[in-house]
Amino acid sequence: MGKREIDELKSRAGEIRKDIISMLGRAGSGHPGGSLSAADIVTALYFKVMRIDPQNPGKPGRDRFILSKGHAAPVLYAALAQRGYFPREELFSLRKLGSRLQGHPDMKKLPGVDMSTGSLGQGLSVANGIALAGRLDGLDYRVYVLLGDGEIQEGQIWEAAMAAAHYRLDNITAFLDHNGMQIDGPTGEVMSPEPVADKWRSFGWDVQVIDGHDMGRILEAVEKALAVRGKPQIIIAGTVKGKGVSFMENKVEWHGVAPNADETVKALSELGDRGGMVCHD
Amino acid sequence: MTKKTATREAYGKALVELGRQNGRVVVLDADLSKSTKTAEFARVFPERFFNVGVAEQNLIGTAAGLAAAGKIPFASTFAVFATARAFDQIRNSVAYTGLNVKIAATHAGVTVGEDGGSHQSVEDIALMRSLPNMTVFVPADEAETFGAVRAAAGMEGPVYIRLGRAGVPPVHGENFRFVTGRAVMLREGGDVAIIAAGIMVSAALEAAAALAADGIEARVLSMHTVKPLDAGAVVAAAKETGALVTAEEHGIMGGLGGAVCEVVCAECPVPVRRLGIPDVFGESGAPGELLEKFGLTSAGIVRAVKEVITFRSPSRTPPSPPSG
Repeated sequence: MGKREIDELKSRAGEIRKDIISMLGRAGSGHPGGSLSAADIVTALYFKVMRIDPQNPGKPGRDRFILSKGHAAPVLYAALAQRGYFPREELFSLRKLGSRLQGHPDMKKLPGVDMSTGSLGQGLSVANGIALAGRLDGLDYRVYVLLGDGEIQEGQIWEAAMAAAHYRLDNITAFLDHNGMQIDGPTGEVMSPEPVADKWRSFGWDVQVIDGHDMGRILEAVEKALAVRGKPQIIIAGTVKGKGVSFMENKVEWHGVAPNADETVKALSELGDRGGMVCHD
Repeated sequence: MTKKTATREAYGKALVELGRQNGRVVVLDADLSKSTKTAEFARVFPERFFNVGVAEQNLIGTAAGLAAAGKIPFASTFAVFATARAFDQIRNSVAYTGLNVKIAATHAGVTVGEDGGSHQSVEDIALMRSLPNMTVFVPADEAETFGAVRAAAGMEGPVYIRLGRAGVPPVHGENFRFVTGRAVMLREGGDVAIIAAGIMVSAALEAAAALAADGIEARVLSMHTVKPLDAGAVVAAAKETGALVTAEEHGIMGGLGGAVCEVVCAECPVPVRRLGIPDVFGESGAPGELLEKFGLTSAGIVRAVKEVITFRSPSRTPPSPPSG
């Protein structure tokens, strides 16, 4: 992986963060914290890893992405728009009546959304189904799943984790956006998922633990995961909730509150937006 | 005496037939394949069968994923677990998405018997009917089950098929053709209409025969599709007979009776008696004893008919006297 390519991806992640802030500022509601923490992972997937075609979003052999933590919809929408699935201007319709950009991703409305999510804990089971179908059809696509560390408190996640290992679904690669926070506080206080790596390992998964904001490490981890045979893989990505915006970082309060106009300007300037409110290039 | 077949048995056979015809059909179960009768499909098509273990939420989610990738999954377990345990998964991963998942749930209603109230689903029709995009089939016999399974596989979108444990006699002749959303008039009659589904259809036919001996001509409709309901057939029955009885092995709230009342109160108000399980859970007992306890018998239907016709609009002509 060349430094230049990594730098480009980092810069892309910055653009995605800016879109997240801009669209949330315009929407007046939504979830910045967990969108920003996942921005580097989602950027790596949509701009480097996944074999997808924005011109043919339903192509049977495409790689899939399931945003199981559906409240991070802004990061997915920003990536899809910047990847060319729909006009970037449409990001400003987020959460508005009649919009294709629902508060949580809706596969029936928006091209490029592989699964509707929002009620936590359901994405990994769906990934299992898609992965089983791929195996039956002899297609070599992969299914990427992004889980939240609060989300894995849902029992269904562990039903699905057990099944993925049982079926040896090595065509599933999950990421855990391990930002350590959930709505009511630090996950360690609300309901600790630790030792989280041991839990996944004991369920029969290949586990890697990385810095989820280090683009080089994300790409390396994916490469290693893709070489694993006979086991699903999870990349536990240590992240910072609200990453990139100083006043949002590691602040539980920014889980589900949108920035106001002043905060939006401040956040965008921190993210290096020269033009202020406008999210376009 | 005609041979009785449980609708779950018919389901098992229909699945194998479907599996032969359509390679996209896959089947999932949650550790109850011997009881739900998906085991035969598993034997014939092992590569297309997935037993997810005792994990109903994952059952439904996995089915949604298979459907998202172009398969036609039939997911089976007992009705109480399929619908109530995994309701949010059905709501969000199946109904909200409109994915092509077929939920075929067995052991519905009180004829589960001895296992008791924890296992007797009296609310599954209500739950499934309340979800947008969901089609709900409640077949009465083997022929309707085959029809429902074929129809489910042939249509795009979520379907719930409610199946029973107990054997039921055939209610249809050779020429029966299952049409989604169309009630089947099994007996003509102008004095009252009995609208039944599932195991209560054969009881309704028996009741109608008994009523005829008393000079009451009852129309009998098999409402194998509870959603979308055949509103035309319901309104016609209300207009032409002036009184309705609904009969189902389900709670009286939100099931077939509720669906029928929603239509008649808006389009042709007539008295309706809803025969079903009142606002209580079931309990252990022999299936026949439980049906007796809740009046889910031909005698119970006869009683309901005789009661409801006394509430008919007085402007209507009374039942004609017995002929002959």
